[in-house]
Amino acid sequence: MAASCDSFVLLLFLLFVSAQAVDRSNFKTCDQSSFCKRQRELKPGQSPYRALLDTLELSDSRLTLQLINDNNKVRLLLELYRLQGNMTRVKINELKPIKPRYEVPDVLISDPITEALSVVSQDDNSLVLSLGGNEQRLIVSAQPFRLDIIEGPQVLMSLNSRGLLAFEHLRVRKDTNSESEETTGQQKEEQQTSEDGQIKEEEEEEKPGMWEETFKSHSDSKPNGPSSISLDFSLPGVEHVYGIPEHADTLRLKSTENSDPYRLYNLDVFQYELHNPMALYGAVPVLISHSTERTMGIFWLNAAETWVDISSNSPDTVSSDAPQTNVRWVSESGIIDVFIMLGPKPADVFTQYASLTGTQSFPPLSALAYHQCRWNYNDQEDVKAVDQGFDEHDIPYDFIWLDIEHADGKRYFTWDPIKFPTPKDMLKGLMDKRRKLVAIVDPHIRVDSGYRIHNEIRSKNFYVKNKDGGDYEGWCWPGNSGYPDFTNPEMRAWWASMFAYDQYEGSMENQYIWNDMNEPSVFNGPEVTMHKDAVHGVWEHRDVHNLYGLYVQKATSEGLIQRSGGVERPFVLTRAFFAGSQRYGAVWTGDNAAEWGHLKISIPMCLSLGLVGISFCGADVGGFFKHPSAELLVRWYQAGAYQPFFRAHAHIDTPRREPWLFGPENTALIREAVRQRYALLPNWYQLFYNAHNTGQPVMRPLWVEYPAEVTTFSIEDEYLIGKDLLVHPVTDEGATGVTAYLPGKGEVWYDVHSLQKHDGDQSLYIPVTMSSIPVFQRGGSIICRKERVRRSSSCMENDPYTLYVALNSQGFAEGELYIDDFHTFNYQKSKQFIHRRLSFSNNSLTSRNLAPDAQFSTESWIERIVVIGGSRPSSVSLINADGVESALEFEFSSNPAVLTVRKPSVSAAADWTVVLR
Amino acid sequence: MTCVHLLLTLVFAVSLGTPVEVHRPRGVPLSKKPFYEENKPFTCLDGSKTILFDQVNDDYCDCKGGSDEPGTAACPNGKFHCTNAGYKPTFIPSSRINDGICDCCDTTDEYNSGAKCENTCKELGRKEREVLQKMAEITKEGFLLKQQLIEEAKKGRGEKQSKVTEMQDNKKQLEEKVEALRTVKETAEQPEREAKERHLKAWEEQKAAIRLVKDKAKMAEAFLELDDNADGLVSVSELQSHAELDSDTDGTLSEAEAKGLMGGVEQVDTATFESVWENIKDKYHSESQPEEPAPVETPVDEVKEPVVDNESEPYPEDISEEEDEDDDDDDEYHEEDEKAPPTMKTPEKSQEDEEAMPPYEADTQVLIEAAQKARDDFEEAEKALREMDDQIRNIEKELSFDFGPNAEFTYLYSQCYELSTSEYIYRLCPFNRVSQKPKFGGSETNLGTWGSWSGPENNKYLSMKYEHGTGCWQGPNRSTTVKLTCGKETMLTSTSEPSRCEYLMEFITPAVCQEPSNIDLSAHGHTEL
Repeated sequence: MAASCDSFVLLLFLLFVSAQAVDRSNFKTCDQSSFCKRQRELKPGQSPYRALLDTLELSDSRLTLQLINDNNKVRLLLELYRLQGNMTRVKINELKPIKPRYEVPDVLISDPITEALSVVSQDDNSLVLSLGGNEQRLIVSAQPFRLDIIEGPQVLMSLNSRGLLAFEHLRVRKDTNSESEETTGQQKEEQQTSEDGQIKEEEEEEKPGMWEETFKSHSDSKPNGPSSISLDFSLPGVEHVYGIPEHADTLRLKSTENSDPYRLYNLDVFQYELHNPMALYGAVPVLISHSTERTMGIFWLNAAETWVDISSNSPDTVSSDAPQTNVRWVSESGIIDVFIMLGPKPADVFTQYASLTGTQSFPPLSALAYHQCRWNYNDQEDVKAVDQGFDEHDIPYDFIWLDIEHADGKRYFTWDPIKFPTPKDMLKGLMDKRRKLVAIVDPHIRVDSGYRIHNEIRSKNFYVKNKDGGDYEGWCWPGNSGYPDFTNPEMRAWWASMFAYDQYEGSMENQYIWNDMNEPSVFNGPEVTMHKDAVHGVWEHRDVHNLYGLYVQKATSEGLIQRSGGVERPFVLTRAFFAGSQRYGAVWTGDNAAEWGHLKISIPMCLSLGLVGISFCGADVGGFFKHPSAELLVRWYQAGAYQPFFRAHAHIDTPRREPWLFGPENTALIREAVRQRYALLPNWYQLFYNAHNTGQPVMRPLWVEYPAEVTTFSIEDEYLIGKDLLVHPVTDEGATGVTAYLPGKGEVWYDVHSLQKHDGDQSLYIPVTMSSIPVFQRGGSIICRKERVRRSSSCMENDPYTLYVALNSQGFAEGELYIDDFHTFNYQKSKQFIHRRLSFSNNSLTSRNLAPDAQFSTESWIERIVVIGGSRPSSVSLINADGVESALEFEFSSNPAVLTVRKPSVSAAADWTVVLR
Repeated sequence: MTCVHLLLTLVFAVSLGTPVEVHRPRGVPLSKKPFYEENKPFTCLDGSKTILFDQVNDDYCDCKGGSDEPGTAACPNGKFHCTNAGYKPTFIPSSRINDGICDCCDTTDEYNSGAKCENTCKELGRKEREVLQKMAEITKEGFLLKQQLIEEAKKGRGEKQSKVTEMQDNKKQLEEKVEALRTVKETAEQPEREAKERHLKAWEEQKAAIRLVKDKAKMAEAFLELDDNADGLVSVSELQSHAELDSDTDGTLSEAEAKGLMGGVEQVDTATFESVWENIKDKYHSESQPEEPAPVETPVDEVKEPVVDNESEPYPEDISEEEDEDDDDDDEYHEEDEKAPPTMKTPEKSQEDEEAMPPYEADTQVLIEAAQKARDDFEEAEKALREMDDQIRNIEKELSFDFGPNAEFTYLYSQCYELSTSEYIYRLCPFNRVSQKPKFGGSETNLGTWGSWSGPENNKYLSMKYEHGTGCWQGPNRSTTVKLTCGKETMLTSTSEPSRCEYLMEFITPAVCQEPSNIDLSAHGHTEL
């Protein structure tokens, strides 16, 4: 840390951050988290729960019945819903909790649409419900209680089949006083009837950590006592499960039988380690299962600290059993609220999940371009010099980013008066280059009576409270800080209003926002986050923890929408996230390091996020901590250019690493990688439009498109962008080749650089040099590019397209082209866009309107058509919308077979056909 | 859709101030005009292809090298030529044509984008000329100053060299003087030592006599104690009562053992007891007095010295070095001071119960004083010699620095230049070190000590590198690069920290001013600036 840094920050670093370096002990293991320990001690066996079938109530779409724990006689209420789109919702809460338990709001986009549920049959010990078509049934077994979802003769999923349903009911502390007798009267009554049960309950009471818990020097007062919940799911026939990000781990989830469970608890982990189940910055409690037969999902809607245990019995361990994966979820508080998404195809699961939590926000085009970030660009002159550096070296970029040092004493919404005295001049300078800026706004607010934001939050009583009712304070970048209660809608509305141009002084329309540290990070808090007994309105932080980051990004992104009067699409990057965060912007994988392992892990980390709805994902290019070698930096640019969120970032203590600082050769390699990104922006834009409309991920594991090919199930060193581009980035030091698996029997793939053709269903060794980025286009697809790469994406808005038509073995190909103004909501509000289907068959390429009711005019035209894998035509002609035919010039090369049609010069918005004869 | 573009454009080229209309395709420099012959097939400049002239600047890239589209953005590797009449002509990448951003000062790059560009070439040209003029003036004056600096350095160097020579002579004399004084000292120390030894010996003898008397008294006392039956004789059995005299350490004094101590006889009288006493006095415990501790003379002496050493160890050397504010400090070691204390050996004061040594007699005292004076004189001379050595070393060190091809940087040596920013005062002491001190309290940070010249190969004297400053948290040691530019004055003009813990300073000095004739004053100067 340099002397120029605030000595205050230095202190913080020494006290808290440096102390954490490579220190796992700052984060809890399951054993150190008392509810996890209690729950994990419970082993599979006979469930003490019994369904009271006589309490059954069935309305059109909702079925309820009571469950009783035969040990302690506490009753639970089970609710079952059949949801539109082949989903089942299972809710379990206490029948009569002594106080309400938290149910996660604001994550579902609306009340899910239910469908009628009917009882097919019933006997003494079971109930069979119809889940609609496909012979799907839900069987409720009374004793022991379990749920089975079956299709025909096949069990798709069982709940509580291993008896791990455990629901810690709220109770009054035994050592307080006898008032409790009345409040738990009903339970007591029932306990009288069973001596056994009462004893059991008392045993529970004895367990340590129920009423308070200490971790390191931090104590958690737990005024509500034990409140954890748990439920197990069995997936017969399933050997592959994915999802539950964020973990720095493999794409395919591992068995946790010999390790801690996967943990979901948003944490600011300093210098995180690879390949372990520790919690990271974000949490999406969605698990996807996949087999050749079926893809399903489990969405465990709970925002408290959560642990997920995964075990399997594969055929080789237990010879007679079919393969099966068991999943057990444990959360510290709240209720059991599970959405079972029954697929059956991967795309169905994505659609189902999107119908619950919404789809990826549609970013402005520029956000999909290249971002240049560093902690920190020191001052306006530095920003200007870096901006000029990109032009001097002819490397495109759209966004330059400012980290925490830009603000006056880490007071967000302000500018350092010496380093950034005239932010509007700076923003104007960038605007003149058609470029943009992102400034950081973190949710910790400096406690400082001279700081307007703080004063307003305090006077409006918007801060999170500590357990004693005062404003919660913790240490973060500015020193002593308050944390606005983002769970409060009034607070969020106020926060959003702070982004208005007249509130946020010095801001302009080409400035966007980055929310960091929103786990929330509290340097002196337990596990570097907020105390669980802090209070948000009537709820404990314990209940809402994993949701906090989502709310921060939501409020910020609403602020950006509002400041433009609802016209402009926002762009907000967040580090912490939850289910539903996809609606508010982009996510990055946090503070990684300049190591090859971190480059590699960026692929499964973003793939995992994509599977659970968050498509706009990226990792810090170059690695945040440490200093990358030139080779690593180049390889990271090459990989990052083909990941959704493409941003270089670096820690303040690392040497500068703008792309031109590693010698002319490396500058050229980086330039080329960034240019490839820009050329493909039309494709990225169309895929994000698609993700926004359908919920299908942009970056996909191979198995999503080739669900029957078992080989693809564990692949995580290559992936698909959409369904048509296969990327196998080079992620090994000194690599001279990579082995890519090209999926699909009967499929053909074309190397996008050489246009050489390769058959699918094979592993292909590809020799690589430093300039190689192995990318393949699927035969049968049409990819639109803009090959006039300019200094920013805005400069390319009106440029013409080149269509890459890659033929499959049947001589067919199709693709889409989507165009709008690239930055407003007009595509939505007034249907101002162009969406066209491009299809090639019978030697004709046709552009057809997919959205006849939409209107948009574009200056873009088709400058070139490249048909790959066809034969030489004797003539090529264009038939325009009026049916007028004109000849086109073309070139053909036979090895590889590439036809280049010169200058059709037809508008990208028009109907046309190009005929090869 | 902008498929059809204006193919040819009228541009003005400046030739001796007279505008001449030259017909050529848009974006083609005058020098390449011959390759673009109107209405004749165009051959790509890379020879890859020949196309119709209609296809030049038709917004479609036909040539791999991009030469068919000098005036459109169609070719990814194309170059567009801005004439920039009134300023410098330049090439821009084709991708900047019609991108909505004004790049050419003559606005020719934005002919179809709707960007509102103003022709700023005249203004730029004027400004550039002004800057060049100013630069030329500065360079001229600076170069003159540089000549003076070179002269001064030459003179200074000569002076220093002769001073060193002179000092070398003086040093020789001093060395002789030291040697002479050493002889004087040694001569004076000889009688001193002898007198001291005599004195000591006399005292030792005196002490021995006293000890003998004491021993006798003790013996008599022991005899009385041993002679339990007061028969004037000490018998074997009487001796056996003193078990401490046991010689085989079995805890008892056997009769045989006692007899042995008695010299083989049964009993002794006071006279013969003398020989017995010699055998037993070391172990004998008086019956009346408590056990005396064994004399521990030597250990006391041994413990002393390490204690002295520990005290003189300057343990936290690093810290004191950091606080060192004086840059002219020569960093001399203080070894001599450290070693001074142990040289003054005091006489053992081990036998504390003994009387102190009596003062030296007058004639001995005279010898001591004489010797002391000789020692002082010698040490003084030796110190003067050391100082002389230091001075010579310093000058030689200075003379050994690379002060530039003509020693023009000599004047910076042992100077310091400061620059105040909002937070810090930066201090550059050329050829020594760079530091940073907070304006409002706080200790100084070392941003590096002199490393080497680090300019480009053709002129390494354009930048200095200072390295190995205070370490950074999780980072490298601080270092500073100082860029030198020509100026009339010598001053620090800016500091920055472009990368964490890597500082950059800009420093102007006449010492880098080039001969003015190198500066091209014409409007079409080189891209340099």
